[in-house]
Amino acid sequence: MIEVENLRVTFRLGKRQVEAVRGVSFDIEEGECLALVGESGSGKSVTARSLVGLAGPAARVEAGTFTVDGRDVRGFAARDWRRLRGRFAGLILQDALVSLDPLRTVGAEITEVLRTHGIGDRGDRPDRVRQLLTDVHVPEPGRRARQYPHQLSGGLRQRALIASAIAGGPRLLIADEPTTALDATVQAQILKLLAERRASGETLLLISHDLAVVSRLADRVLVMKDGRIVESGPTRTLLGGAGHAYTRELISAAGGRRRVTTTAPGEVVAEATALRKVYGDRTVVRDVGLTIRAGEIVGLVGESGSGKTTVAQLLFGLTEPTSGRVRFEGRDFSGVPERARRPIRRRLQLIAQDPLSAFDPRWTVRRIVGEALPRGADPQPILERVGLGADVLDRYPRQLSGGQRQRVAVARAIAPRPSLIICDEPVSALDVSVQAQVLDLLAQIRADDGTALLFISHDLGVIRDLADRVLVMHDGRVVEQGPVRAVFEHAGHEYTRALLSAVPTLEGAA
Amino acid sequence: MTVAMPRLTARRFALRPPRPPIAAATVVLGLALTAVAWPSLFAADPLAADPLHVLEAPSAAHWFGTDQLGRDVFDRVVHGARHSLSIGVAATVIAVGAGILLGLLAGLTHRAADEVLSRGFDALAAFPLVLLALLFIAIAGTGTVSLIVAIGIATLPHHARVVRAQTLVVRQAPYVTHAVAFGASRTRLVLRHVLPNVLGPIPVLAMIGLGEAVLIAAGLSFLGLGPQPPSPEWGAMLSEGRGYLHIAWWASVLPGCAVTATVISLTVIGRHLQNRFEGRHQ
Amino acid sequence: MIGAVARRAGSGLVVLWAAATAAYLALLAAPGDVVDSIIGDGADSPQIRAQIIAEWHLDRPAVVQYLDYLWRAAQGDLGRSYLLQRPVRDVIGDQLAPTVRLAVAAAVFGVVLALILAVVTRGRWARRVSSTAELVLVSTPPFLIGIVLLSVFSFRFGMFPVSGDRGWAALVLPAVTLGLPIAGVLTQVLRDGLDRALDEPFAVTARARGLTERSVLVRHGLRHSLLPAVSLLGWLFGALIGGSVIIEQVFGRPGLGQVTLQAVSGSDMPVVLAVVVLAAAAFVVVNTAADLAYLIIDPRLRRS
Repeated sequence: MIEVENLRVTFRLGKRQVEAVRGVSFDIEEGECLALVGESGSGKSVTARSLVGLAGPAARVEAGTFTVDGRDVRGFAARDWRRLRGRFAGLILQDALVSLDPLRTVGAEITEVLRTHGIGDRGDRPDRVRQLLTDVHVPEPGRRARQYPHQLSGGLRQRALIASAIAGGPRLLIADEPTTALDATVQAQILKLLAERRASGETLLLISHDLAVVSRLADRVLVMKDGRIVESGPTRTLLGGAGHAYTRELISAAGGRRRVTTTAPGEVVAEATALRKVYGDRTVVRDVGLTIRAGEIVGLVGESGSGKTTVAQLLFGLTEPTSGRVRFEGRDFSGVPERARRPIRRRLQLIAQDPLSAFDPRWTVRRIVGEALPRGADPQPILERVGLGADVLDRYPRQLSGGQRQRVAVARAIAPRPSLIICDEPVSALDVSVQAQVLDLLAQIRADDGTALLFISHDLGVIRDLADRVLVMHDGRVVEQGPVRAVFEHAGHEYTRALLSAVPTLEGAA
Repeated sequence: MTVAMPRLTARRFALRPPRPPIAAATVVLGLALTAVAWPSLFAADPLAADPLHVLEAPSAAHWFGTDQLGRDVFDRVVHGARHSLSIGVAATVIAVGAGILLGLLAGLTHRAADEVLSRGFDALAAFPLVLLALLFIAIAGTGTVSLIVAIGIATLPHHARVVRAQTLVVRQAPYVTHAVAFGASRTRLVLRHVLPNVLGPIPVLAMIGLGEAVLIAAGLSFLGLGPQPPSPEWGAMLSEGRGYLHIAWWASVLPGCAVTATVISLTVIGRHLQNRFEGRHQ
Repeated sequence: MIGAVARRAGSGLVVLWAAATAAYLALLAAPGDVVDSIIGDGADSPQIRAQIIAEWHLDRPAVVQYLDYLWRAAQGDLGRSYLLQRPVRDVIGDQLAPTVRLAVAAAVFGVVLALILAVVTRGRWARRVSSTAELVLVSTPPFLIGIVLLSVFSFRFGMFPVSGDRGWAALVLPAVTLGLPIAGVLTQVLRDGLDRALDEPFAVTARARGLTERSVLVRHGLRHSLLPAVSLLGWLFGALIGGSVIIEQVFGRPGLGQVTLQAVSGSDMPVVLAVVVLAAAAFVVVNTAADLAYLIIDPRLRRS
C-alpha cells in the first residue's frame, strides 16, 4: 500500500537546516496495523505526515522510493496530494479540542470532507453526518452535530474527530497520538474504537510515544530515535526480546519496575482531616482525610477534575479549606496567617509538572538552588546528588533539557532538607525514558533522607512503581485507599477497577 | 503528557526582522540623538532668513531647499530634532513613570483599589488619544509644557495597563509559589521576583511608546497647539509649509520625512529588542 | 446572550456618566472662574455673565449644579457656545455629517484594503514588501500622507480638489489619508492572526481532508484572525476621531474636527465638553458592537 525507502525530511529554520528524518525505510500493507513509536523529537510525526504531503511548508522531503497506493509521489503537485488526502488517507491528531476548528460545529467539520470530495449531494449530507457519528458511537448524533467541540467531552470530541477522518471513506487511517490527551478510561474506549475501524477493513498507522498503548493494537512496530528507525518487527517478537538497547529502555519504562525501598514509616508528618473546598457553587473537594508519615510515599490518583490538585494546594497552604483542617509537623497549617506558616515553610517543598514556569526566568541554576540552601552554601554537592554536573550552574532554566530542569527542581526541593515533598505530576511532561530516571531519583532520595513524598498523578503505572500507599480520588472524594499491592490486586471500588483495567499494559512482554 | 508537533511554518522567519533595517534604524536614531545634543555640529542658524532666496528647490547649497522666508529647511529640520524629540521624551517619561506607579498600585494592592484603577485605565485607554490631549490643552492652554503633559496623560493609561497585567501574571507565576515554599515574605516576593520581572520589558515598551509620542506631538504641533513659530518644530514646520505646497513641496514634506524616519527607527529597534526579549524568556 | 447585551448597555451607561462627570470636573478644575472658562475667548459683558450664571445655575449649591448639568446632558441639551453665540447642539449638528462621511469612507477603505492585503500577501516576498509598507504607514504622521497625496494628485495631476467638501471627489484623498494608517495596523494584526490560525492543529486537520490552501485560509483561518482584529474596533474608532481632527485641517474640510480645534484654541469649553461626551457615547456604541461581534464569531464565548 505504501512503500518508503530512504526517506529524508529536512527543515529550513532561518539559515539552519534541521534533519528531522534521516533515511527511513518501511512499507505498510493493506489491512495491517503498523505502529511508529518514539519519544518527542524522534521524527515519528514528521514521517507520518510526509505520507500525505503535510510535513509543512518549510520541509524538504526526499526519498529513494516513495509510492503511495501504487503511485510515485515524488514530484507530486499540491493538487495530486489533495486528491489523496481524506479520500485515501485520513488523519487523526492528538486533541480534538484544537484539532477540530473551535469556531465551527462538529457537523460542519464532517460535512466539509464530504463537500470537498463531492460525496453525496447537499440534501443527504446531514444524514451521512449522523450516520458517521453513529458509526463512531456518538450518542444523539443529530444534536451533537450541531454542537461545537468545546461543548463535547474529551472522549466525544475525539470520536467526532475520528468521524471526520473516516468521512471520505479512506483506506488508511493515520492516528498521531490519538489518545495522549485523554484520561485512562477514555483512552481505552478510543483504542477500542480504532480496533473496530481496523476490523472493518481500514489500514491503521498508529503513532505514539507509549509502547503500551500501541502494543494492544499493532501487528508490527517501528521504533524511531533521532530520525532513524532503530528497530522493527512484529509486536510480539519485539516486546519479547528486543535487540536494541533503546527499545529495551522503552519497554522497561512502559512495563514498569517496582522501586523497592520499604522503610518503616515514622511519625506523622502531615495530616488533613475532613477537607472540603467549595468554589462558588462547585464543591471540588469533599471530606478528604489523609495522613502522611515520615519516609512514606503516598500516591494520590485521579483523572482530570477529580480534585487531586486542589488537595495538593490545600496541603501546601496555597488556599484555605472551606472546612476541615491541615496540620503539618504537629502545627496548624490551615486557618492560620501565612506569617505563622513561614517558620516551617522550608520543611514542606513542592515539585510541579512544568519545571520551566516554576523557575524565575532571570535566575541561573546557581541562584535557583542557592535560594533553597543556607546562605553561602555550595550548590554543587546537591546538584551532584540529582546527577547534574557543575556545567549547569550558570545556565538559565530555558537552556536546560526537560529532564535536567526536573532534576534542578528536585535539587531545589531537597536542598532545605524537608520532611515532605508534594510532587504534582512531576514526570507527566517527560519522555518515558527520562521519566524512569526521575522516578529512580525520587525513590533514592526517600531511601537516603527518609523524606516523605505525596505523589500526585493520573498515571496508575507510575504510582504502582513508586508508592507505598495509594489514595484514589473521584469527583472530589477519596473512593479507595490502602497499600499499593492491595488496591491494585483487589480493588474494592468499581471506579478503581475501571481505572485499573484502562491502564495500558504491555501485552506479550517477556 | 503532551507531545507537540514542532511548529515549522513560515512564521518563524517572518517574525525575525532582517538585519539591514536594524542597522539603518540605529544610524538614523544616532543622527537624531546627535542633532538633539549638538545641532550646530550639522547645521547653521535655523532662524536666519534670506529674502533673496525664498522657496528655492533643494540644491547643493540648501540640501532641503528654503522656506517662504528663505530659511534653510535642512538647518531647521536638524534644530527641530531637539524640539520634537525632547517633547516626545518628556511626555514618555511622564507616561511611563506614572504608568509604572499606577500599574503596580493596581496590581499589588487590594482588589477594590485594583477594580477602580483598572476600570479607569480601561476607559481612558480606549478613549481617542488625540481627544484626551485636546481636552487637557483646552483646560490648560496651549504651549510646550502643556503639550508635554497632555501627551503624557493621554498615553499613560496604556503603560499602566501593561504594567498591571504583567504584575498579575508574575504574581500568579508558579515560581512565585515556589518562593513561598522558602518562607519568603510578601515584600521579599515583590522585590525579588515581581518587580524585576515586571519592569524588565519596560524600557523596550517605552521605546515603542516614544515613537508614538513623537508622532502625536508632531500632529498637535501641526494643529498649532505646540511650540509657536518661528520655533523649528517638525509638525509646526509642516503646518507653515502647507500653504506653499503647490509651489514648494520640500518645505513641508521633508520635515515630515524626519518625523517618519525617527518613528520608524524607534519602532524597528523597539520591536527587534522585544522579539529578542521574548525569545529569551519563552 | 440577552443578559450579556443588557450588562453591556448597563456598563455603557456608567461610562457615559463617567465621561460627563469627568468633563464637568474638568470644567471646574480649569484655572480661573467657571464663568471665565465658559466664556472662553467669547465676548464678555455683565449680561452674558448673568446669562451663564442662570444657565449653569452657578448661584445654586454645587450638587444642584451638577445634577442639573447631568439632567440637561441626558436630554441632549449640551449648553450654549458663548464664543459662537449658538447652542452647542446646533454647532455640532451642522458639522456632524461631513465627519461621519469621512470616517465611514476611511474605515471601509482601511478595512477592505487590510483584508485584501492580509489574504493576498502570503508569499515570502509579497509579505516582506507589504510588512515594510505597513511599518512606514503606521510610523508616518497622517498629515504627511495627506500632504504628499495632495501635492501629487491635486497639484501635480489635478485629479482631485485641493480642499472643501463638495462631491465625492473631494472625499477620496481625505478618506485614503485617514484609511491608510488604519489599513497598516489592521493588516499586521490580520496577518499575524492568520499565521497563528494556519499553524494550529485544526488547520492541519483541514488540509488532511484535501482542502486547498485557499479554502483552509478562507473557511478556517480568516474567522480566527478576525478575533484579534475585532478587539481593535475601539482603537479604530479612536484613530478615526483623532485622525479626522488633523485630516480636516490638512484638506480644509468642514467637520467636527475643525469645530473641536477651534473650540480648543478659543477655550470654548461648552463645545469641548460636548465633543468629549459625544465621543464617549459613540465609544460605548462601538464597544457594544465589538462585543456582539465577538459573540457572533466565537461560539466559545456564548454561555449556554
